Amino acid sequence: MTAALATRGLGKRYTSRWALSNCTLEVPVGHVAGLVGPNGAGKSTLLQLAVGLIEPSAGSVAVLGEEVAATPAQLARVGFVAQDTPVYPSLSVADHLRLGAALNPGWDQALADARIARLGLDRAQRAGTLSGGQRAQLALTLAIAKLPELLVLDEPVASLDPLARREFLQGLMEFAAEHTVSVLLSSHLVADLERVCDYLILLAEGHVQLSGEVDELLTSHRRLSGPRRDKSRLPSSQQVIEETHTDRQSTLLIRTEEPIIDPSWTVEEVSLEDIVLAYMGRPADDIELARVGR
Amino acid sequence: MIEFHLDSRSGVSPYLQLVHQVRHALRLGLLREGDQLPTVKDVVARLAINPNTVLKAYRELEHTGLVAARPGVGTFVTGSSLADPALAAHGPLRRELRGWIVKARRAGLDEESIEALFRDAVRSARIEGVA
Repeated sequence: MTAALATRGLGKRYTSRWALSNCTLEVPVGHVAGLVGPNGAGKSTLLQLAVGLIEPSAGSVAVLGEEVAATPAQLARVGFVAQDTPVYPSLSVADHLRLGAALNPGWDQALADARIARLGLDRAQRAGTLSGGQRAQLALTLAIAKLPELLVLDEPVASLDPLARREFLQGLMEFAAEHTVSVLLSSHLVADLERVCDYLILLAEGHVQLSGEVDELLTSHRRLSGPRRDKSRLPSSQQVIEETHTDRQSTLLIRTEEPIIDPSWTVEEVSLEDIVLAYMGRPADDIELARVGR
Repeated sequence: MIEFHLDSRSGVSPYLQLVHQVRHALRLGLLREGDQLPTVKDVVARLAINPNTVLKAYRELEHTGLVAARPGVGTFVTGSSLADPALAAHGPLRRELRGWIVKARRAGLDEESIEALFRDAVRSARIEGVA
């Protein structure tokens, strides 16, 4: 199966600083993949490399089985919503739709019209006077009406209030339910992505710390608490991601594929946010160990 | 028709939460044979969740024979319900449990202690092979 996004040793250097380095990952098609990480982790850089807005300093990046290149044929297969969902402030909603129709060979006018009507947007209104939520919905409409095979969104909900955020993600998920599309979206908040993503990539300091299917990540991580002990006394199948100890008690977040049989541990399930925070707190030396899957 | 909800703090994967909610509704008799589950698009639009999550949950329910998909129509509850034999016992058991909770409160236990005690009793019964 082709990958929606595949990178090998991908890196991007700005003057002396590597914004992204040695990034190797593969996101299968058909997923809604979330790219998370703190501000400055390299998320925007990775997304801009994926859509061909910038060129790699090292390694390679392919989308939908093709090396990224700004050719018309490939641009038609990929939709991109840049950070802060930009629109043209002085153009009306109707102007935006006309522009979309003129610039995209596969444009679905009926889909665009239906969305604008359902959102209750005034077609004559200038985009600069729309609310943040409406502006984001307009940008999303333009990106999906071209019927892309891969839709890339950079921090689409970061500046939206909770209600607009929910409505935006509802629109995005409805589109994903009705069309065969892969989605790659970034956020610095895991909570934004928890429900919508079935694949997760964690970036920190320009490196991939973790990537894999969300369900697999949730079932393979557990929090153990019990009498104090050293991690060297754990079975080799249990990889410690995070550990805290008091005089008497140890609390570990571990990754394991096998059931935990030791009766002295209290075993708890962990949320995606707990997992992400645990990996973000790890030193860079452990990165290779932390890489998940295959 | 049932309405799904999601608890993002629970650590249980979203698809399993949907499966549990259907099983729970069947057990309580809130869903009966022939009832339709919400369409994937409806669930997605309501909860703003990934469509694959809903599909995966429905597939698992289908696999266990609790629901069946009719292509182009929707997903429906089959006859093999979880509810039938046990549902009648719920009423008396609930009454006994309520009596026990009243006793526990009189003994000075707060809600947290009551829940912890209940969970602990269920777990030790399992370990001892009583239930």
